[in-house]
Amino acid sequence: MSMNTQGRPTAPAADNLAASGGASALLPAEPLLFEIGDRDHSGVDLPDVEVSDDRLGGLRRKSELDLPGLTEPEAMRHYVRLSRRNYSIDSGMYPLGSCTMKHNPRLNEKMARLPGFADVHPLQPTSTVQGALAVMSELSHWLMELTNTAAVSLSPKAGAHGELCGMMAIKAAHEAKGQGHRKVVLVPESAHGTNPATAAFLGYSVKSIDANENGTVDVEAVKAALSDDVAAIMLTNPNTCGLFESQIIEIAQAVHEAGAYFYCDGANFNAIMGVVRPGDLGIDAMHINLHKTFSTPHGGGGPGAGPVVLSEALAPFAPVPFLRKDGETIELVEHVQGDAFGRLTAFHGQMGMYVRALTYMLSHGADGLAQAARDAVLNANYLKARLQDLFSAPFNGQPVMHEVLFDDEFLKGTGVSTLDFAKAMIDEGFHPMTMYFPLVVHGAMLIEPTESESLQTLDTFAATMRELAEDARNGNAARFTSAPTRAPLRRLDETRAARQPRLKWSAPADDRQAAE
Amino acid sequence: MRYLPHSAADRQHMLATIGASSIDDLFAAVPKSVLGTFSPDLPDHQPEFAVEAHMRALANRNHAAGDGPFFVGAGAYRHHVPATVDHLIQRSEWLTAYTPYQPEISQGTLQMLFEFQTQVAHLTGMDVANASMYDGSTATAEAVLMARRITRKNKVFLSGGLHPQYRDTVVTYLSGEEGLECLSPSPEGQGDIIDHIDDDTAAIVIQTPDFYGHIRNVSKLAEAAHAKGALLIVVVTEIVSLGLLEAPGALGADIVVAEGQSLGNPLTFGGPYVGLLACREKFVRQMPGRLCGETVDADGQRGFVLTLSTREQHIRREKATSNICTNSGLCALAFSIHLSLLGEKGLTRLAKLNHSRAIALADALAGAGLEVLNESFFNEMTVRLPVPAAPVVEALAANGILAGLPVSRLEPDKPEVENLLILAATELTTDADIAALVDALKGELA
Repeated sequence: MSMNTQGRPTAPAADNLAASGGASALLPAEPLLFEIGDRDHSGVDLPDVEVSDDRLGGLRRKSELDLPGLTEPEAMRHYVRLSRRNYSIDSGMYPLGSCTMKHNPRLNEKMARLPGFADVHPLQPTSTVQGALAVMSELSHWLMELTNTAAVSLSPKAGAHGELCGMMAIKAAHEAKGQGHRKVVLVPESAHGTNPATAAFLGYSVKSIDANENGTVDVEAVKAALSDDVAAIMLTNPNTCGLFESQIIEIAQAVHEAGAYFYCDGANFNAIMGVVRPGDLGIDAMHINLHKTFSTPHGGGGPGAGPVVLSEALAPFAPVPFLRKDGETIELVEHVQGDAFGRLTAFHGQMGMYVRALTYMLSHGADGLAQAARDAVLNANYLKARLQDLFSAPFNGQPVMHEVLFDDEFLKGTGVSTLDFAKAMIDEGFHPMTMYFPLVVHGAMLIEPTESESLQTLDTFAATMRELAEDARNGNAARFTSAPTRAPLRRLDETRAARQPRLKWSAPADDRQAAE
Repeated sequence: MRYLPHSAADRQHMLATIGASSIDDLFAAVPKSVLGTFSPDLPDHQPEFAVEAHMRALANRNHAAGDGPFFVGAGAYRHHVPATVDHLIQRSEWLTAYTPYQPEISQGTLQMLFEFQTQVAHLTGMDVANASMYDGSTATAEAVLMARRITRKNKVFLSGGLHPQYRDTVVTYLSGEEGLECLSPSPEGQGDIIDHIDDDTAAIVIQTPDFYGHIRNVSKLAEAAHAKGALLIVVVTEIVSLGLLEAPGALGADIVVAEGQSLGNPLTFGGPYVGLLACREKFVRQMPGRLCGETVDADGQRGFVLTLSTREQHIRREKATSNICTNSGLCALAFSIHLSLLGEKGLTRLAKLNHSRAIALADALAGAGLEVLNESFFNEMTVRLPVPAAPVVEALAANGILAGLPVSRLEPDKPEVENLLILAATELTTDADIAALVDALKGELA
């Protein structure tokens, strides 16, 4: 067994099971499902009916699936124990920049579970789902009002899927105008990685735009990059440095004059919702991450939802499905008519997220959403004010939006890296901030408190960050390089995971065979 | 505004610390002409009870699947979800966690994803699975792109038995690209793509049980594809079927994509769902999406991390394998919990129960003189009515019976499918439901 020589506890039974007993108090290691489950166990009580093979096309399964089962109490403990090895926004502050980890109200969850929403099929007659279509219609109204745009496509399943939707609409619009030769998309250096990936996905070549010394995109730089080959610019606003692109109206004008479209990455819309309408800035398409801005929970990585709002110019090119009102009845248009570019997914998108987002919007109201954006900006600037004498801010002097960016200049010569600093925050009870993004700044630390955090929490966070920064400067590097020491696990070997990928469990016997 | 913690005094104190006189000062970079100059046509904040009343009123305007006899399937299935599943996924630590970028404090999510990947690999009979996709349809489109990267060939054939909205999604993802061919609908189950495979073929895509319910033997197709250097992509929209049917991996599939909604996830009008994507080990670096891998921590303890991220957009930007930057984490959790509760024994029983209910449905329909097109099926079948199906379905819906999907809803321009109705049964379909359906159909067709 080669694994054991490297210290990995591959013996499933005795050691691991012992670890889940009382001896490890509230932080038990939890064996894998495959180590505690049993093929004869089941937590679901079902009758064992006999069926013949007559109508199975000769394809009845002969092999075993090797899927262990858990009884209900076993399953409860397994997943509760596993859950306790996770940090979450309900456990503490989660200041991940550009990720917007705000409070997830439970009313949203309660509403999404109403049988009238959870137990309806996407393909039952539309006459039987007028309430679901009304949710989509109301949500669309909110999104269009908050952005001052002409249309919205709800179907994208995530932010990056929304980017695909918006850029496909732009591509379709160019083709309809006989401008299919436009093959270049401008993307600022500081953009999310999904922006260039989306452009490339659609066959565009990506031309990077540098940030100026203020951390924003310069209208002159955009003008210099524009030509008859440019299809669009993809710009994030507020940008990933936490700044509002102050020349955005001029940039939009220049882009339009060059015959190109303006795609806005709306990942940071939470900073301006109810305060600034992107349509007033001249955007043509923008996705809105419902899971960030409108508080649908992230669920450990998804699902999200990424509706796209569209300007008058792009509205005809929205994909199917979309809604059409006929008096009191709402119709669902499911087939391509006119210039629509197609279908991005089966069915109609993330209904469960629409219900949650709409519930959140109604709870806050237009006034509350604006106040939430203003408090998010207030909180970020407050942290900036509390930390800027010790931490180094790359674009100092100007107010930030909902997040504040520092770099690792203050750690120079301490022997502590940005990563080490982040791991030390874990020991202090905070989820680390976003690190090494945006790429425009060396050793970036991007902190987004969101509007949910109270003054008291912000003060505790600021005091902790100050104490850590001072300790690093005072030469106590070991505290950082050995961190975390108060997490369920110490630092994980990511290099090994990539070099010797183990992507599924296999029985120790298989390991032995493989090693022999 | 119950979600906002600051008092007016807090805000004043914070502004003083910042050195600003008002929050508006913090928006100095925003052009004055667009700052707060509008009054949207939207209501102000409301108490929880008022919001709840509004949302309940909307929900009550829908006919829920549980409100009466229900036979709609076609890629989304009404199964019972154990109460334990929904309870567990609502725990704060699952529900309100982010992507596990900090593995030391995200081992719950990471271990769950590792278990999920293993379950999906076993279920599909493949070597490796990823940490989930948006849904089955987008996973299918990504699998097609993946096959083109692997083979460096362009031609792709989509079987006529592929769900039409999956087909349309692939068409959109490949818009403008050469080489994609969609074969005509094959409601009789006869259409085959074996003759189309040639040396330029990157992949063929076939669904089983297919859109019309037929179980397809893909092993001959796999052989034919492999002989020409093409890949076989198998699509499964009803994952419960694999409790009774041979795993696609055992029949020669190279990539298996599936919709996982049937396990753990409610219908929810079409989303969020959970896409499954599994493949042979040698293709793993061409897989889209997230992967979770096993490793050790500094003390040698077993742990899990997101891995092989050099394929992904945050590292490779415009050279990434895909622009996808997320997974359906919570839906994958629900899937994994439900499958853990079932285990092999429970899944087999659930699959047999579904099939037996479908047999009862098929026999009742045939007994009423209706033409059932399927010789083989799992829990879904196609019936040819003597008249167009859509108005019949509307008429039955008006009487509280949701009778299935008229194929014309998804294939509106194809008169040959106008009379076809696809019906699904699950473990929740009772004899009384079937009797009510058959009576109503007889009445409507009389």
